[in-house]
Amino acid sequence: MRRSLRQLAFNQYSGWVFILPSLVLIGLLGLPLLALVWRAIGKDFFNNALSPTAIAALKLSLLTSTVSVLIALAAGTPLAYILARWKFHGKTALELLIDLPVVLPPSVAGLALLIAFGRQGVFGIWLNRIGITLPFTTAAVVMAQTFVSAPLFVRSAHVGFAGIDKQLEEAATVEGANEWQMFRYIMVPLAGRAFLTGFILTWTRALGEFGATIMFAGNLIGKTQTMPLAIYLGFERGLGVAVALSVMLVVVSIILLGVMRRLERRSTVIMREV
Amino acid sequence: MKRCPPVILLITALLAACGPVATPIAASLPPTATAAPAAPVLLPTLPPPTPEPMPEPRTLTVFAAASLSDAFTEIGQDFEAVHPGVSVALNFAGSQTLSTQLTQGAVADIFASANKTEMDKLAAASLVPTDAPRNFLTNQLIVILPKYNPANLQTLQDLTRPGMKLVLADKSVPAGKYTLQILDNMVKDAAFGADFKTRLLANVVSNETDVKQVVAKVQLGEADAGIAYLSDSIAAPELKTIQIPANLNVLARYPIAALTNAPQPQLAADFVAYVLSADGQAILKKWGFNPISP
Repeated sequence: MRRSLRQLAFNQYSGWVFILPSLVLIGLLGLPLLALVWRAIGKDFFNNALSPTAIAALKLSLLTSTVSVLIALAAGTPLAYILARWKFHGKTALELLIDLPVVLPPSVAGLALLIAFGRQGVFGIWLNRIGITLPFTTAAVVMAQTFVSAPLFVRSAHVGFAGIDKQLEEAATVEGANEWQMFRYIMVPLAGRAFLTGFILTWTRALGEFGATIMFAGNLIGKTQTMPLAIYLGFERGLGVAVALSVMLVVVSIILLGVMRRLERRSTVIMREV
Repeated sequence: MKRCPPVILLITALLAACGPVATPIAASLPPTATAAPAAPVLLPTLPPPTPEPMPEPRTLTVFAAASLSDAFTEIGQDFEAVHPGVSVALNFAGSQTLSTQLTQGAVADIFASANKTEMDKLAAASLVPTDAPRNFLTNQLIVILPKYNPANLQTLQDLTRPGMKLVLADKSVPAGKYTLQILDNMVKDAAFGADFKTRLLANVVSNETDVKQVVAKVQLGEADAGIAYLSDSIAAPELKTIQIPANLNVLARYPIAALTNAPQPQLAADFVAYVLSADGQAILKKWGFNPISP
């Protein structure tokens, strides 16, 4: 049974046991964002938001995060399908590998990328010989973002594929569907909701990537300085641009999460109707 | 009922730790016992209190420029050794990050900056008394190269060779500001030419957030060259260097000051005095800084 907050608070003394501790956390999560928006409002907001530094960072962030999420989609979907459908040796280890970037500090990711693909890196040294240098390039930004964000998509799609009724799969097999047909006509449409969640989570994570980027890709306006990096340097130069960019990121994140909620709800309805 | 005795013990212990709400047992303890959290739990078997109380543990918080990392770590350890009970908490970052943190309300006892600008910001915000900052060392800039010198750089002029990967400190960082000053000096020098700065900046692949990041990228061999402090090159002896002539170089003066609202004002004054003392200056010299003669 659901109770209204008012009932809990006034009719039952014990309601406060839940409300007061919750307020602590709500305050911690909400107040900083409120302060940020409060500070941003003013005549300088648009000057700051439209400054060349901010525009360059915004463009670069949109470009790199979109590429990252597309890579996650293109390579992560088949991987999630394999994980959900096939049984093979070392599967647990593979799942662990995919979960690892989610819990690792981004600075570890940055250092690992640098040591692997840096010019003097373990593999980078070979790339360098064929004329490919990755650090300090926009490609390095995409690699850093994909490293930290793609696992979110794989996890989400994996859960989506795994949640499909086994009977449906069996029926399709009986009807003579091959692996591709199974994937294309059964699995992907039914796992749509999980795809969407994964897609948006990956995108927001890529947009927010900081630690791995600054270590592996460095910081150069227009080339590797994404919004989080510009915010960090803005923090040092004067808060105006940093605050404006932060508010823009908060707004974009709210919109993406809102879209996700809405589409999730709609797809739930569709699933029920099916 | 079985659970009762430990609970009573715990309550006694808590009361004892609260000091003024003294039970007879707690009253017999020296006041310093409150500092050792484990002690009250052992109350029933506590040995007679030792007559010599330990000095009260105190923490001195020092915000220092990233370039001071090695030198101040050593100075901090020495300071702790001569001040029992004191622990020195060091926070290293770009001076501009530290000054922003302090003006936004971070609490510290000492600020050691790599330039005057950041110290002046604190003075303007009344966070340090205007007459407090003392210059305690000077530093210079130098070009650093990876051990293997992959781009085969020999002279300063080579820095403008197309395709060179150069890493600088961001212009918001003192080291970055000094770098730009040097480049402005070079532009006026016929040996480099009027477009030297533009050509050199075109080779920059990253503007790092503090000078130690510049050193790290060069150490890893990711950049062909970087511009950092002379002291950094001494702290990383494997790096190759190219000197910047004295007439083009800057003389970076580092100021230090105790903050107006330092939680440990006396210790803070002692620390500044130690940094300026012969011992402190000797440590700074060891790490490649030029001491300021008193």
